[in-house]
Amino acid sequence: MNNRKYLLKKFMQAMITIFIVLIFNYFLFRVMPGDPIRVLIRNPRISVDALAEIRAQFGLDLPWYTQFIYYLKDLLHGNLGSSFYYREPVLNIIMERVPATLILVGTGTIISIFLGIIIGVVVAWKRGTKIDIIGLGICLILYSTPAFWFGILMVMFFAVYLRVFPTGLMSLPGVAYSSLLDQFMTSLRHLFLPVLTFTLIYIGGYAIIMRNSVIEVLNEDYIITARAKGISYIQLLKRHAVPNALLPLVSMVAINLGFVIAGAIQVETVFSWPGLGRLMYTALLNRDYPLLQGLFLFLTTCVVGANFCADILYSYLDPRVKLS
Amino acid sequence: MDDRNILEVKNLEVHFEARSGFLNNLLSREVPRIRAVDGVNFNLKKGEILSLAGESGCGKTTTGKAILRLVEPTGGKVYFRGQDLSLLTQKELREFRQQAQIIFQDPYESLNPRQTVFATVAEPLEVNRICDNTKEKEERVARALSDAGLKNPRDYFIRYPHELSGGQRQRIAIASALVLKPKFIVADEPVTMLDLSIRSGILKLMMELRDNKQISYLFITHDLSLAWLISDRIAVMYSGNIVEIGGAEQIIGSPAHPYTKALVSVIPNPERSSGTDRKLLEGEIPDPSSPPRGCKFHPRCSYAQPCCREERPLLREVEKDRFVSCHLV
Repeated sequence: MNNRKYLLKKFMQAMITIFIVLIFNYFLFRVMPGDPIRVLIRNPRISVDALAEIRAQFGLDLPWYTQFIYYLKDLLHGNLGSSFYYREPVLNIIMERVPATLILVGTGTIISIFLGIIIGVVVAWKRGTKIDIIGLGICLILYSTPAFWFGILMVMFFAVYLRVFPTGLMSLPGVAYSSLLDQFMTSLRHLFLPVLTFTLIYIGGYAIIMRNSVIEVLNEDYIITARAKGISYIQLLKRHAVPNALLPLVSMVAINLGFVIAGAIQVETVFSWPGLGRLMYTALLNRDYPLLQGLFLFLTTCVVGANFCADILYSYLDPRVKLS
Repeated sequence: MDDRNILEVKNLEVHFEARSGFLNNLLSREVPRIRAVDGVNFNLKKGEILSLAGESGCGKTTTGKAILRLVEPTGGKVYFRGQDLSLLTQKELREFRQQAQIIFQDPYESLNPRQTVFATVAEPLEVNRICDNTKEKEERVARALSDAGLKNPRDYFIRYPHELSGGQRQRIAIASALVLKPKFIVADEPVTMLDLSIRSGILKLMMELRDNKQISYLFITHDLSLAWLISDRIAVMYSGNIVEIGGAEQIIGSPAHPYTKALVSVIPNPERSSGTDRKLLEGEIPDPSSPPRGCKFHPRCSYAQPCCREERPLLREVEKDRFVSCHLV
């Protein structure tokens, strides 16, 4: 089957991409300033002998290529090394934090894509009118607002001024809940501000892409042909304009995932959200190189994986793109 | 209105406002108006093929779209079977759309790439709620496809446009116009993008449909020899106006307007020795936002007189059913 061949080819491409990033990451952390042992020991007066012993213990006395081969071998066993700071396997730490980020990024992305599509279609349809100018203006402002700053504004307004939502964290520490519903509602209240911030930050970008895409499609001959057939405006959008305009958005969403993670770092840090973004931020502050390296690899895999999925999805959405 | 006419176009105007820049808006400078169609008059008889010929940019496509109200006219009137199209309600406009269809130049652009052939051809039936019965719908789609010259029409139902050749695609586009049983079709350069070998098939098909189904055509083309071949009458357009209109044989045999003369003189003709008598036009079609004073053609006209620079000529009947807008005819 051609399909299988295509999938295999795409999969191989994805693996090669990940491998190249892996090599890059490995050497990136080795040219970074600071001796990892010094960070690990935190005792400036340690004896030279002890230092050499620890160095040998971590395998840092070996030549770089031997270290790299050990690293690859461990990777294949699912061992990403252990964190300097938490003194725990990196993979465990990452996996612990995944659900929190997934909830935040997942909810935020779905809502922002959905609303972005609607806003994009409406402003494209009303092109040149006040709705378009105002809508596009708001989208551009949201698109260019830094996530951390916007998050701080949200905290100031909703948590400090109105006092309706908590400033951060996923739940209240050390509280026993009377019921499951109570716990759920508390979680929702904690989720609200980070998700709102996240959604608003990304809505602008999606809306702008969708607007351009719809405007482009609306100028196609088949749109005019459909109008000549007496189609109503709603049907025109539903049958012809939106399905064709959605295609660029699919690849945009996948490519955007890298930036979304950057946004997650900022939003999670502002709201003390115990997810991957905040983990990365603290790992940076602590110079926790193994953890950072693991996180980079994990995120690379996510982005490449998302693009792989987008490629496959694309072929289902567009009959012109065959799996071959 | 003459009963034999299906369409009467009177002083049709389409002026676009040029997109003005931010600075111009700020200084509230006057927005230049692009006179794409600048007072077009003609009639189309029932079962007639009228060609609208002219260089690209002369406004012929816009004229076609404005007649169907796919572009809103800014002036003038269009009467379809005696009905003023500018006064139609939404409901009446939909009924009009069932009788008047358009076929575009590029069948690679005029079909939605994500719709199957069946979805494309059945869509007009669905949006106009003509038949809800699936079986009847299939029947009508199949008939439209075979009317458009596709054999084994049901084989095409689940195919996508990208799986078909240019000629097949154009036949699909024609089928989706035919499925509503229209009385009038605007064919906007329907064969320009097709290979020469496929062209004759499509043209023959259009002429057969005229004979069998009494469909009237407005055939838009830049190719005067094609217009000569297919049409009963030819209207030559220049910069938003019709400069000459008359029977196809008359126009080609004895062109009156200097512009038509120049166009006719470059039609390839095996009987004429090459190079003789050819009038190659110089210069460009005028900028439609600031057309020259007087006759719009005078800067390119080798016969131009002082009066041509001052006064714009009107379309006058010079012999029966032959109209020319030139001071010198």
